[in-house]
Amino acid sequence: MPAEQICGLSSMGKAQDLLTVTPKGLFCKEGNFYVDPWKPVDHAVITHAHADHARWGSKRYLAADTSSQVLRIRMGDKANLSFQPLGKSQTINGVKVTFYPAGHILGSAQVKIEKGGYSIVVSGDYKRNPDATCLPFEPVRCNTFITESTFGLPIYRWPDPQTVFDGINQWWQSNRESGKTSMLLAYSLGKAQRLLSGIDSSIGPIYTHGAVEKLNAGYRDSGVALPETTFVGDVDAKETDWSQSLVVAPPAAVGGSWAKRFGKMSVAMASGWMQIRGTRRRRSMDRGFILSDHVDWRDLMQTIKETEADDIWVTHGFSDIVVRHLQEQGLNAKVVETEFTGETLQEDAEPSQA
Amino acid sequence: MKDFCELYWRLDSTTKTTEKVAALKAYFDVATPSNAIWAIHFLNGNRIKRLVNTRLLREWAIAEANVSAWLFEECYDRVGDLAETISLILPPKQTVKDVVEISLKDIVEQHLIPVRELEPEQQRENVVQLWQGFDQRQRFVLGKLIMGGFRVGVSKRLVVRALATHVGIDAATITHRLMGQWEPTAEFYAELVDPNETETAISKPYPFFLANPLKQEPESLGDAEDWIAEWKWDGIRAQVIRRAGETFIWSRGEDLVTDQFPEVAAAASRLADGTVLDGEILGWDESQDRPLEFSQLQRRLGRKKVGKKLLTEVPVVMLAFDLLEHQGSDIRDKTIVQRQEHLGEVIKLLQPAAKVSEGVFNAKGNDAPVAIRKPPSVSAKPVSSWADLAAVRETSKELRAEGLMLKQRESAYQVGRPVGDWWKWKVDPYTVDAVLIYAQRGHGRRANLYSDYTFAVWKDGELVTFAKAYSGLTDAEIRKVDKFVRKNTNEKFGPVRSVTPELVFELAFENIQRSSRHKSGIAVRFPRISRWREDKKPADADKLDTILAMLD
Repeated sequence: MPAEQICGLSSMGKAQDLLTVTPKGLFCKEGNFYVDPWKPVDHAVITHAHADHARWGSKRYLAADTSSQVLRIRMGDKANLSFQPLGKSQTINGVKVTFYPAGHILGSAQVKIEKGGYSIVVSGDYKRNPDATCLPFEPVRCNTFITESTFGLPIYRWPDPQTVFDGINQWWQSNRESGKTSMLLAYSLGKAQRLLSGIDSSIGPIYTHGAVEKLNAGYRDSGVALPETTFVGDVDAKETDWSQSLVVAPPAAVGGSWAKRFGKMSVAMASGWMQIRGTRRRRSMDRGFILSDHVDWRDLMQTIKETEADDIWVTHGFSDIVVRHLQEQGLNAKVVETEFTGETLQEDAEPSQA
Repeated sequence: MKDFCELYWRLDSTTKTTEKVAALKAYFDVATPSNAIWAIHFLNGNRIKRLVNTRLLREWAIAEANVSAWLFEECYDRVGDLAETISLILPPKQTVKDVVEISLKDIVEQHLIPVRELEPEQQRENVVQLWQGFDQRQRFVLGKLIMGGFRVGVSKRLVVRALATHVGIDAATITHRLMGQWEPTAEFYAELVDPNETETAISKPYPFFLANPLKQEPESLGDAEDWIAEWKWDGIRAQVIRRAGETFIWSRGEDLVTDQFPEVAAAASRLADGTVLDGEILGWDESQDRPLEFSQLQRRLGRKKVGKKLLTEVPVVMLAFDLLEHQGSDIRDKTIVQRQEHLGEVIKLLQPAAKVSEGVFNAKGNDAPVAIRKPPSVSAKPVSSWADLAAVRETSKELRAEGLMLKQRESAYQVGRPVGDWWKWKVDPYTVDAVLIYAQRGHGRRANLYSDYTFAVWKDGELVTFAKAYSGLTDAEIRKVDKFVRKNTNEKFGPVRSVTPELVFELAFENIQRSSRHKSGIAVRFPRISRWREDKKPADADKLDTILAMLD
């Protein structure tokens, strides 16, 4: 359904004065900045460091200070980054901009944009489940709430993360007993560190893929406690007994020659998509652990309620379905097409010039 | 029930045969006979028939989950499996009362089967109560018990192997005992695992011996003279049993089809007691002395009763190519040459010279040939070289055969699909280059990918759809096509997307027939994608006329 047909409500006019969808991204004309643009722009406000939100090529970036370490790692030394403390406001060309924690990954933030008593919250990606590696999501009251919908179907309901970690520990333990390396696949930014902080590191040695280790450093530098990890490239592959260890790597790492050194492996993936049996089987994983850094259906609905927003803009994911459901509940909702991708089964690429 | 659910998910979590067998064996080691036999029942793909209407299950789940019906359907579209969709969408486990401690046997016999007799409202209460006491994974297994369709990558062969190791008797014996119809009772389980020879029920078929496709050159099989060549028919593989004055016809899927083929049953009634034949049932065109098209035979399938008109229009015969039991003895260990000698004697006694006895139903009257006969031989004169056989094979389509069967002369009648002694050497299937024009999400393993495709060929400058196919591509190729579909969608019709005609695939079929029911005028059998023709453009795809020409 085209967006024009869904909205057409008077209050939408106000929101659209403040923020519009352009070919380059979500644009605040009054403030002359974009939020998570997908094309290079002059001023980009960034919610978090994942590649579909923080892309290379813009002239200046503004982000929450909690993201400083990881954003620097992802964007490189040359990017012009500046940071703002959470909860503190800054006025840009007359538009007030404030960051609030989003609970998605370390440094992830919601961006609140206000002018003349009207407010919009761009939430980027977010979750409500506990995560020791980042600050919890804070519901922010606003007039228009822009939400992702990656797992916007009622079949997605996350189990308690602790039971997931228990399952991973058991799996690792039983692999050790049968002499198999435990290969755990996860996003190298965010998911990997959340896993590391949640598992029982006393079971055995933990090795990491280079992409993961690079970001582990950023997490540690930001004050997040992670267990001891060793970069796979730092040890002699032939001298190492991998069979007792856990290896954390991005999904693309297996299948190539990189993974050959580990010998007999059990391969598992940690993702919200693992909730569906068909997805698990299609990836021919030995195990699938259900762990997501996005909201499940229940938390999505709860969050929308808590924002008390009059208008809901739904982006990447099952947006048309979520919109239809919200409309049935009597809410003003519309689909907003963006180029965000949410959680995929591949590793998110390095930030790229779109 | 808890143990069985755990077994299910253990089986589901591995693709390795040894690990599956180990999981099954571990289950049998601790399960009581009455639970074990129900487990075997379900793992073998059996279900409890007509338990609860799936439409009602859907409605109850929608009500319990408090979602709109359309939202449920959207979820189902993504998950691709009804039992799984229901298990996921229901609110979390509610009752403290541990329903899951109830044994598999009691769940089935006391909580599920009695539900059949209840009014829908009471049915709902019972099912919802079970749902509330189970977690998501247990509900999924429960759903499979109710709706069938386990598909956990466990073949009958694996169940048998695990059971054989568990009790320490030979797998072929267990396979045989598991054939045909049996009741999932502790008594039957005791017979199944009895280390002594037991008397088998008179209806019990033997496990079928299945052939492997010949992919290598036939020369690799050695001397052609060591092999028997037969036509490979496109019909219904069946076993005809005559014991104790009764006749049983079993299909390969182990369905009892005696009543569907009264001609064959009538002919079989004149077999001596203690006779079991293996062969192919085909619709038969007496005037041309060759099979009718498979689509004709299809009209005879799945009916409770076959009407007179159909019997006249599509008479069937059984071409018997093997004899498994002769004069009351199991002769499967004899060589095929010896078995076929005995078969010749058995068939001879059935021939019209012996006069069709009264009461025997025959569509064409009593002077017509009997419906059980020897298959036509592949050549009038003995064929002794692979080159000669290859030439014979090329003529398969004249007889509506799919190619040749090659059977090693010294071979015994074995169980299952062992490699080496029986080969099917099919003629190349028909192939067509076609353009992808619609895509739909797959089911099960492919639920999140656009993996079900509709293809079109050219007719008067337009693309007309003529076949659907979903198998044949690698997972990597499917992902690539999926990406293409998402980027090139023109329109959405529910779950179906029309895409820009750009990709060309070579499709293979077992058969192509004219059909007035299809817009394209043709109907295809077993369509599959043989390869992605990335070298071809849509304009290079085949024309409908070219396909029609293949038929003439």
